[in-house]
Amino acid sequence: MAMVAGGAKAKLGRFAAHAALATLVLIWTIPTLGLLVSSFRDKDQLIVSGWWSALSSSEQTAFGRTGTAADQVEQGGQFVIEGDFLGDGQPGAIATFGESQRNLEAFTAGETAALEDGTEFLLNEDGTYRWTSEQPFEHERGERIFFISEVPPIFTLANYVEVLTAEGIGQSFINTLTVAVPATIIPILTAAFAAYAFSWMQFRGRQILFVIVVGLLVVPLQMSLIPLLRMYNGIGEVFGADPKSYLGIWLAHTGFGLPLAIYLLRNYIGSLPRELMESAKVDGATHFDIFTRMVLPLSVPALASFAIFQFLWVWNDLLVALVFLGKRPDQIVLTSQLRELLGSRGDNWEILTSSAFVTIVVPICVFLALQRYFVRGLLGGSVKG
Amino acid sequence: MLAQILTALLAIVIAVGFSLLYFAGTNWILDKSLADRVNPDGTEVVRAKQRESIRPWLFIFPALLLLTVYLIYPVVETLRLSLYDGAGSAFVGLANYAWAFQDAEYLQAVGNNLLWLAIVPAASCGFGLAVAVLADRVSWGVIAKTFIFLPMAISFVGASVIWKFVYDYRGPDADQIGILNALVTTLGAEPQAWVTLPFWNNFFLMVILIWIQTPFAMVIFSAALRGIPEETLEAARIEGANEFQVFFRIMLPQIMSTVVVVWTTITIIVLKIFDIVLAMTNGQWDTEVLANLMFDWMFRGGGDFGRGSTVALTIMIAVIPIMIWNIRRFQKEEGMR
Repeated sequence: MAMVAGGAKAKLGRFAAHAALATLVLIWTIPTLGLLVSSFRDKDQLIVSGWWSALSSSEQTAFGRTGTAADQVEQGGQFVIEGDFLGDGQPGAIATFGESQRNLEAFTAGETAALEDGTEFLLNEDGTYRWTSEQPFEHERGERIFFISEVPPIFTLANYVEVLTAEGIGQSFINTLTVAVPATIIPILTAAFAAYAFSWMQFRGRQILFVIVVGLLVVPLQMSLIPLLRMYNGIGEVFGADPKSYLGIWLAHTGFGLPLAIYLLRNYIGSLPRELMESAKVDGATHFDIFTRMVLPLSVPALASFAIFQFLWVWNDLLVALVFLGKRPDQIVLTSQLRELLGSRGDNWEILTSSAFVTIVVPICVFLALQRYFVRGLLGGSVKG
Repeated sequence: MLAQILTALLAIVIAVGFSLLYFAGTNWILDKSLADRVNPDGTEVVRAKQRESIRPWLFIFPALLLLTVYLIYPVVETLRLSLYDGAGSAFVGLANYAWAFQDAEYLQAVGNNLLWLAIVPAASCGFGLAVAVLADRVSWGVIAKTFIFLPMAISFVGASVIWKFVYDYRGPDADQIGILNALVTTLGAEPQAWVTLPFWNNFFLMVILIWIQTPFAMVIFSAALRGIPEETLEAARIEGANEFQVFFRIMLPQIMSTVVVVWTTITIIVLKIFDIVLAMTNGQWDTEVLANLMFDWMFRGGGDFGRGSTVALTIMIAVIPIMIWNIRRFQKEEGMR
């Protein structure tokens, strides 16, 4: 008996584990899925129905304007105006219609409606209408007829085309790349040399300098911003140069990334076998040779870990870019542009979702492709602030 | 467009080339200028010792220079500026600190940061640990972890857009397009403008950071859990311990030091939290935090550097205990090497 009860309990426990994990996976993926689905939806559908109903047809309210008196023809003693509300290839089917916005469901499509002024109005599902009257029409401006139409789901790349061209996301994509690549490579080179020196070279103050590096790991960026802003402005004034420049932000990112880079790389380079260094030295190799010919190639995994780390950090950074780069089209980075759009196009979800997706697609690809190195970097450097 | 791509490529080549040139060049100069030579009288002068005493400094000079300019000097300068007026020209003593302690916005920011500190590290560690443990028990654990992993790659601003869409609010009569309000209305409650709901909106912003930091905790904890010997767990199970006891009595104590490291790492991130608040509310509706307030004062009314520095220092002071602990831990590890 006890065995059976234990088995049932274990089964229940396993089920609970599956259910709990499934819930967590859903919470961690659904928000991003919503963004992705929405970014491909037609913008008129996006604002009227939730993205989870993207595959079912949506109801839209709209109005059509009839022809004017000039369009009427006389047919068998009646005056008729004909036309098409869903003309220019608009998709969908009209469900109901009415004379005013408040009374959208007054008549069903395909039914001839008696309008208030005594005329008769026939609106078909496909959008064609036939308006008939005993008296000649005299209006000079088309009447508005309001209707609800069922629109099949539309998926489109139009949002992406718009943000990449008109909303400046394409340009800022290039700007971000311009920032991120050098801001990844420069600290790696700088840190690798320093890490080698800290691991395998003898010099006074080696210990204390490295302790300072460890201390700097957690210094908040905020401490640096005001002095550096002042310094950059000062340098700009003296040399008559623009204080906001790519060179400026590369060096800033390098400075901020260095403590982690040195720390990570020293852990790795310091753990290379001592015999290797000794034997090379016996062969007469200088430190520079040992470093470039042996240590660098051996350290590729560690260099890759840090490179991914730094690249993602720089790509995703907003604060440093806001302080060290301008908001001109040729300098504004993706995160900054996205933030501007949040302010100026806050209700245009088709713009925001597709822009956001453009900003996150590169990190996600890098991340999925190089997950292994990324995890290794995380495990080695989980003390960074 | 093409011109910019070319400029960028050129810049990359120059930047990288310059770095390489520095290292290769200085080393070459050192080897040449302090080369061994043979005196006219035939005695050999070996200067390897001089060369090798200088070379380390060539290796670390660029790093030291950048660290000094971008981190060490600014810390001292921020400290100094916090005692000066807005333009950074007149000494005002502790006036900025006096201002801070009676400024409603500053106090609100401190309060909110404390709230974030109380919740985000704990929640991220909790969820991260839960995923790490659960994923070990199901066959699809690796896939689950990959999905949960993804938000780590997303920027704070990108995540803010994602969640702003989740929190989207339409009037009570309209169809909700934000999934949270759709859920709430399906359950029969009134839709809410979550982001502008004072006090509670803080939690809705925190969700975003927890969402990003949980994968980080998960990765580290997964690795730590793998380090626990299987025999230990088996022994406990044979002794009759149930899964909860195995977790709380054996697993958790074994990885406690890892939990502490993850907790402090997230704590530092929380202290500096900026992008999410800027993008979601810019500190409106009682959501101000220190880093956003600091950024605000950097530029508000042409910038008040004294007040901005004072706010930045608040963050620094909160970080100092962690810094000291970090250094101690490092020295202990070094001692064991």
